[in-house]
Amino acid sequence: MYDTSDIRKGLKVLMDGNPWTVIEFQFVKPGKGAAFTRTVFKNLLNGKTKEMNIRSGEKLEPANVDQRDMQFLYKEGGDLVLMDQSNYEQVSVSAEMVGKAADLLKDNLPCTVLFFNERAIDVSLQTCVTLEITASEPGVRGDTSGNVQKPATVETGAEIMVPLFIRVGDMIKIDTRTIEYVERVAKT
Amino acid sequence: MTRTRGRVLAIADGLAIVRSERDDVRVAARVGWRPGDLVDGDAVVTAFRGRDFPEPATETARLPRARLAALRARAQVLATVREVFAARDFTEVETPLLVPSPGLEIHLDALVADDGYLITSPEYQMKRLLAGGFERIYQVCKCFRGNEHGPHHAREFTMIEWYRAFASLDEIVADTEALVAAACGGVARLGAREIDVTPPWPRLSVRDAMARYAGVTVIGDEPAADLVASVRAAGFELADDTAWDDAFFAAFLARVEPAIAALERPVILEDWPVPLAALARTKPGDPAVALRFEAYVGGLELANAFDELTCPVEQRARFESDLAIRGARGRARYPLDEKLLAALAEGLPPSAGIALGFDRLVMLATGAPTIDRVLTFAQSEL
Repeated sequence: MYDTSDIRKGLKVLMDGNPWTVIEFQFVKPGKGAAFTRTVFKNLLNGKTKEMNIRSGEKLEPANVDQRDMQFLYKEGGDLVLMDQSNYEQVSVSAEMVGKAADLLKDNLPCTVLFFNERAIDVSLQTCVTLEITASEPGVRGDTSGNVQKPATVETGAEIMVPLFIRVGDMIKIDTRTIEYVERVAKT
Repeated sequence: MTRTRGRVLAIADGLAIVRSERDDVRVAARVGWRPGDLVDGDAVVTAFRGRDFPEPATETARLPRARLAALRARAQVLATVREVFAARDFTEVETPLLVPSPGLEIHLDALVADDGYLITSPEYQMKRLLAGGFERIYQVCKCFRGNEHGPHHAREFTMIEWYRAFASLDEIVADTEALVAAACGGVARLGAREIDVTPPWPRLSVRDAMARYAGVTVIGDEPAADLVASVRAAGFELADDTAWDDAFFAAFLARVEPAIAALERPVILEDWPVPLAALARTKPGDPAVALRFEAYVGGLELANAFDELTCPVEQRARFESDLAIRGARGRARYPLDEKLLAALAEGLPPSAGIALGFDRLVMLATGAPTIDRVLTFAQSEL
């Protein structure tokens, strides 16, 4: 069990059967009153937040939550098959956990998976992924304003809006949160 | 100071290692230095002074420059405090930090040390000095409270505590106002906010504050159930068995503290309900409130004062009641300070006293955002 002195950002606790993580906390002790810790929790399953005052002496139950570094192997129907890099164990998770970024996954892409009671509940990708352009119309000559974009297809099949100077074979960096073009990167 | 010339051994990440006849020293690399250069002693000293570290110093052993500036300000505030008390004819005293009986207050945890405890406040021994014949005494000392750490709390902190025999709370209010005004140069700083702290400060009773800002009627001697009902009526959710003090603080912390934090001036919050004043006398003609005040500056709770209880019978009854509550709530039970009770029996003059957080005073003088920024080494930096 945790007590209030264990409270820190990122602490995972179990309340009402749900896993919650601490996102903010502050110690409060009025002159002649009882001390408590004003704590803001985020529900790891649905993202809802709530604020609670945890009095000194009260206990919090640890949530059986852990984070593992994994990598993407392949898609299978609506699922993603991922592999734990430390023990080569494989797990399937719903592609919905990564939203539209599912279209950006390429083999061996590293990701972090959050488990609650041995069940995967969240997958986070690195902020940016680098992919090769496999199809795109050539840009219209003479238009050099950087704001005009054209569609392009990347190696995973996803369609991304890119600047006109991007050509087939270029490597581009894409933000996995917004699914938007970030920059062209030098080929290695 | 010896200032030997040295030779630059290596430069990396803005740091240089300079080898002198005495030792190697790590300094901020200066523009134009290259490994192998001979540099003179003054340049090495200047480069050493140029090294800086980020706040807080949890990753490095050395304190950042900003902290050194805060510590110089702290020393200046301490010098001012002593001048103010000397001008008011107070005697500075030093009572033991290691005692057999720490404060019995319900919500404080004393730290065990050897066969006794570290003080949570120097109150008991200072009262024995009053009983012995001192009439104006003050002390600046370390106090220790377990399980307290936050933006305004550190488990080891510095308290200014002072007492006046044959005096009332009005004189303690005047001392407090003068002390804070002198320490802050008339204007206290809370981050970017500035607060005029020149005397006199506005006064507000706890009953008026609770009615005005929280919409809660407080008498002071009503049963807990009555106060719980009043606090619920003001829109708070409370369990049926909520204790009197917990019901009070639910409304006080949510509505009254933010409201007095927003005031342009400091405030003396006075006439506290009896359940919140274990060591104070009750107000003549109004036994539901005690002669206690708290000084708030911009919402920062700076000091707590009592018109001291002098009756040994009443004091023993309150100690035993507090001990019973501590036991019921699963907190450590500390021995009673029989010497203090004996001193009251031998005769404590009518007295008023106050405890003021020195570190918080330094925060107000410097605008530091947290107590850790005015401590020489915070707990996380040890």
